[in-house]
Amino acid sequence: MVMLLGIIFVISVGSFYLIHLLPGDPAVVILGTGATPQNKLILYKQLGLNKPIYEQYFTWISNVLHGNMGTSFISQSSVAGTIRAALPIDLELMFLSQILAFATAIPLAMRSARKPDGPVDRILGASSFTLLSVPPFIIIVLMVLFISIKLGIPHTGPSSYVTFSSDWIVNLESLALPAITLAVGSFVVYYRVLRSDLIATLQEEFITMARSKGISQRRIMWRHAFRPSSVALLGSAGVNIGGLLAGGFVVQYLLAIPGLGYTLITAINMSDYLLVQGIVLVVSVGVVLINFIFDFIINIVDPRISRE
Amino acid sequence: MSELLEEASLVERPEKNKPLGILFWICVGWVALNVIGAIFANVLPLQNPLFEDFSAVNVGPGLHHLFGTDDLGRDIFARVVYGSRVSIAVGVGAMLIGFGIGAPLGMLAAYRRGRFDMVLTTVMYVLLAFPAIIATIAVLSFWAPRALAKIILVIGLASVPLVYRVIRTATMSIATKDYIIAAKVQGATDRRILVKELLPNIAPIGVSFLLIGIATVITLEGALAFLGLSVNPPTPSWGNMINEARTVLAENPWLVIFPSLALCLFLLCLNFIGDRLRSHFDVTEVKL
Repeated sequence: MVMLLGIIFVISVGSFYLIHLLPGDPAVVILGTGATPQNKLILYKQLGLNKPIYEQYFTWISNVLHGNMGTSFISQSSVAGTIRAALPIDLELMFLSQILAFATAIPLAMRSARKPDGPVDRILGASSFTLLSVPPFIIIVLMVLFISIKLGIPHTGPSSYVTFSSDWIVNLESLALPAITLAVGSFVVYYRVLRSDLIATLQEEFITMARSKGISQRRIMWRHAFRPSSVALLGSAGVNIGGLLAGGFVVQYLLAIPGLGYTLITAINMSDYLLVQGIVLVVSVGVVLINFIFDFIINIVDPRISRE
Repeated sequence: MSELLEEASLVERPEKNKPLGILFWICVGWVALNVIGAIFANVLPLQNPLFEDFSAVNVGPGLHHLFGTDDLGRDIFARVVYGSRVSIAVGVGAMLIGFGIGAPLGMLAAYRRGRFDMVLTTVMYVLLAFPAIIATIAVLSFWAPRALAKIILVIGLASVPLVYRVIRTATMSIATKDYIIAAKVQGATDRRILVKELLPNIAPIGVSFLLIGIATVITLEGALAFLGLSVNPPTPSWGNMINEARTVLAENPWLVIFPSLALCLFLLCLNFIGDRLRSHFDVTEVKL
């Protein structure tokens, strides 16, 4: 817990300090060329730029903790509001892709582990290794090339994006391609990790015991072997989240899905630095929290870990 | 005493290693070919990657243009070869920085232990929790203007905690072995133990992680190029070639296929070599 707070503190200092990486007077850079003295004064007050740096940090962090991340001078809308609108899309995308990845990786890993080095295992092993070397941005471009263009499926844009609650069919349709793309990357990792752990677990004595009792293969896999083999799987899922987010950024940008990634990249292109800073902060803290939750779940699945 | 040492090293010697196989050497050859191509791109008989020939726009693969031309009439083959320069430079450069800082620290921490190790490891684990990819995107988007050296530096520094962890774990598993203790008893200096005893033994793990790390960094550079955070066009890189090709996907699919293929094959070979080396030296305790 102390560790978690420490990490979040380091992240907040890091995100805060980003503004000072800008060359020259941050106020001028943030406001762009059309900076009026009036706007400059507002920004100076908002960021507290005329005070010493530690005081600037405290002003900033207390604002952030009150849900106020400033107002973007580019779009004239509040940073916190923009993030709140985009965040659900990321969460939905991540949820969908993880469901897909687990739903394919777990049964296939079990199938492979049943006969290691058998024909099915070899084919799956070779193809998962190949997929490991295909970055998500190539998958998405190839998918657009072969599915959207060849089959004539129309491209969705940020303006045509519909939320899940207003029309869930259209919503799922527009998220299908990005979710599949992100799922491929996760699938490869989960499949490989779970396969090798299952093979190791299946050699344990309690499995031989279960077999000798005449318990069916299927039941042994799901009830006896799966749980002790899932620790590394959960660990890799936790680690995977960060990479998934970054992959998600590119995928969102390419398919114009207005989640945090899309918002971040348009903000970078428009030099909307306050929005970039806000998104970096929210996403970093989110990743750390998700990792923390996964550590917690691992402790429940395998209580030996916390006792060590 | 020296006989005792010899005996110890005999006992420690692993059983016969798994052979590397023909695929391994094909991959080594492919990586070498790419690296040579990247280094000697301006000496090789290639067309100018920036020359725009508007009389031959979007030509398919053929004799004159091996991979065809893009929407501005530039030779795709030349651009793919020149593009490998950015990818390989970022991959190798960033990993050299990461290993240059992370590896010595990891070895020292694992060898010395004590307070030095504790403080350093805590700091590194805090840094490791910070999502490195997001940190890289953030720093690069604020730190204008963009340049190759900055990209290498930022990714390199971001990789230090991970390299530190891998090398520390690897060193720890060796630092307690008998031959290290024997060397200590013999009065070998710390420097000698670190350089002559520990370094050769963690080198295989290091090299295998280095190769997989380079592949990861190259992927990251590609993603950065898509986000407009890598080198600026018209300088070709595999990432920005694929990104630019998106707009003419329907008219000229070769434009996206060739750089994608070059990138994926290179990554596949690096991953394969790294993976093979790891299983060849039978390292199981280091999980990436």
